[in-house]
Amino acid sequence: MKKKMSNRDKTFWAIIIPVLVLFFTFNTLPMIKGIIYSFTNYKGYGSYDYVGFRNYIDLFSDARVGKSYLFTFKYALAGTILVNVLSLIMALGLNSRIRFKSALRGIYFVPNILGGLVIGYIFSFFFTYILPAVGNTFHISFLQNSILASEKYAWIGVLIVGVWQAVAMNTIIYISGLQTVPQDVYEASMLDGASKWKEFWKVTLPLVMPFVTINLVLSTKNFLMVFDQIMSLTKGGPAQSTESISYLIYRNGMDGGQFGFQSANAVIFFFVIVAISVFQMTVMNKKEEQL
Amino acid sequence: MMKKAQKTNWVLTIILILGTLTVFFPLYMAVIIAFKQPSEMTNDVAGALSFPERWSLDNFKQAMEVTDFWHSLGNSLLITLTTIVLAILIHSIAGYAIGRGMAKKKSFRLIYLYVVSGMFVPFSILMMPLVKQTAQMGLGNRAGVILLYVVFYMPMNVLLYTGYLKNIPVALEEAADIDGASTWKTYWKIVFPMMMPMHATVAILTALGTWNDVMTPLVIMSGTGQNTLPLAQLNFQTQFGTNYNLAFASYILALIPILIFYIICQKQILNGVANGAVKG
Repeated sequence: MKKKMSNRDKTFWAIIIPVLVLFFTFNTLPMIKGIIYSFTNYKGYGSYDYVGFRNYIDLFSDARVGKSYLFTFKYALAGTILVNVLSLIMALGLNSRIRFKSALRGIYFVPNILGGLVIGYIFSFFFTYILPAVGNTFHISFLQNSILASEKYAWIGVLIVGVWQAVAMNTIIYISGLQTVPQDVYEASMLDGASKWKEFWKVTLPLVMPFVTINLVLSTKNFLMVFDQIMSLTKGGPAQSTESISYLIYRNGMDGGQFGFQSANAVIFFFVIVAISVFQMTVMNKKEEQL
Repeated sequence: MMKKAQKTNWVLTIILILGTLTVFFPLYMAVIIAFKQPSEMTNDVAGALSFPERWSLDNFKQAMEVTDFWHSLGNSLLITLTTIVLAILIHSIAGYAIGRGMAKKKSFRLIYLYVVSGMFVPFSILMMPLVKQTAQMGLGNRAGVILLYVVFYMPMNVLLYTGYLKNIPVALEEAADIDGASTWKTYWKIVFPMMMPMHATVAILTALGTWNDVMTPLVIMSGTGQNTLPLAQLNFQTQFGTNYNLAFASYILALIPILIFYIICQKQILNGVANGAVKG
């Protein structure tokens, strides 16, 4: 028997080792290389020197980097809140006693299966031509110019597209959350004479808290890493007002001769994502326990 | 009491039906523009939203030529399908070895944490070194993109498979073991087929991610002249110029394959996504 089990272990190792080699080569190794590059002044070509923490110090005084963090955080915060509120409402609606339930659920999921890039192009036309045309027809001055051309409001255009796509995903997750709530819990609260409003806050929401955690972590992470929509809607403009961190790393790291500098940016970005995810999970776990 | 509870909420139904306009409107606009001629694009709302004078497929034909549509579609299919097959084969068996090993040994537990923590690594930090590395290894092409997807989706898929494995009793494998079947054989004959529902979830989540991905092919395949469907939209953007009708015909063409897939497999996709999120 003992020998048999060790054969089993041998097979496990024979499977895992090549997989680990693959994973290490294309995930851990490039990450280590990225960290090493972040201590150099590498342009992406030619020779380079080690510069210690120079890049990291420069990051904090670089206006363009600072601007990209501000935009990305603003975008992720607004997006996460909007998406979670909207998709919870949608899920409540789609989980109640309505007709055409599965058809409606199917339709509302469509934005999520479509690629962010192409959707961005379609919305770009909508913001650039349709909305201003509506503004001109009805003399709404706010809409008369494309919001994507406005330094102040372009981020809202990007936000609308991001939310449009993300709500679809989170709604599905909330629906499966709502389905885990046993029917008799509602019946009990109905017998207690609780109003629908009270029932939501006191019964439904606490029970779907784990799903709120999943959705918060997922949507924050996705919004922080926004790239496709930026690429197709604004290319970071106007005046770098919608330049996300991912987009900046791509733009200046790949073509801008800032390989080393943007590597440092990417390292910081990695820690930011991990820190935010861990923070969200700890806070939400505490909330879940309290309830 | 019961009767009241079962009544259909028509007000809500109607609100939700009207709400689907938020989904349909952008798609309607895209389809309409794709069928029109540049001369029909007047500068008011009607120019973009009214029906075209005649429904002609000319824009689509032209868009197919300009963007080399069939070639890009072929690349997208090749990359996505190969990734799915490899993901199901490699990630499931890796998940199996890690999951079963984890129950007994601490070393496997560490391997599990190592792989799954890869989920938090953003592509941005890997991107620049990976471009160099794949180029050096001769992988700056479709094969390289597939390989990278297999690595990128490993954390999520291993997590899903090891989670699912907990529902499959070890007793079956032990019985096969006593009968003298090797672990390898036991896996493919007994465990692999039993993980079918998870294979579907993994296939769908991996497919949705890879099919629409722009960034990986953009940086890895940029020197090859090959395009995936989304990449073609990006690379031919300048060639569309101000001919929005041609551009939109191309966008519609890029959206059609995944829409068809969604219409056919809608139920499995919705289940897969929900499953993945809940188990993950």
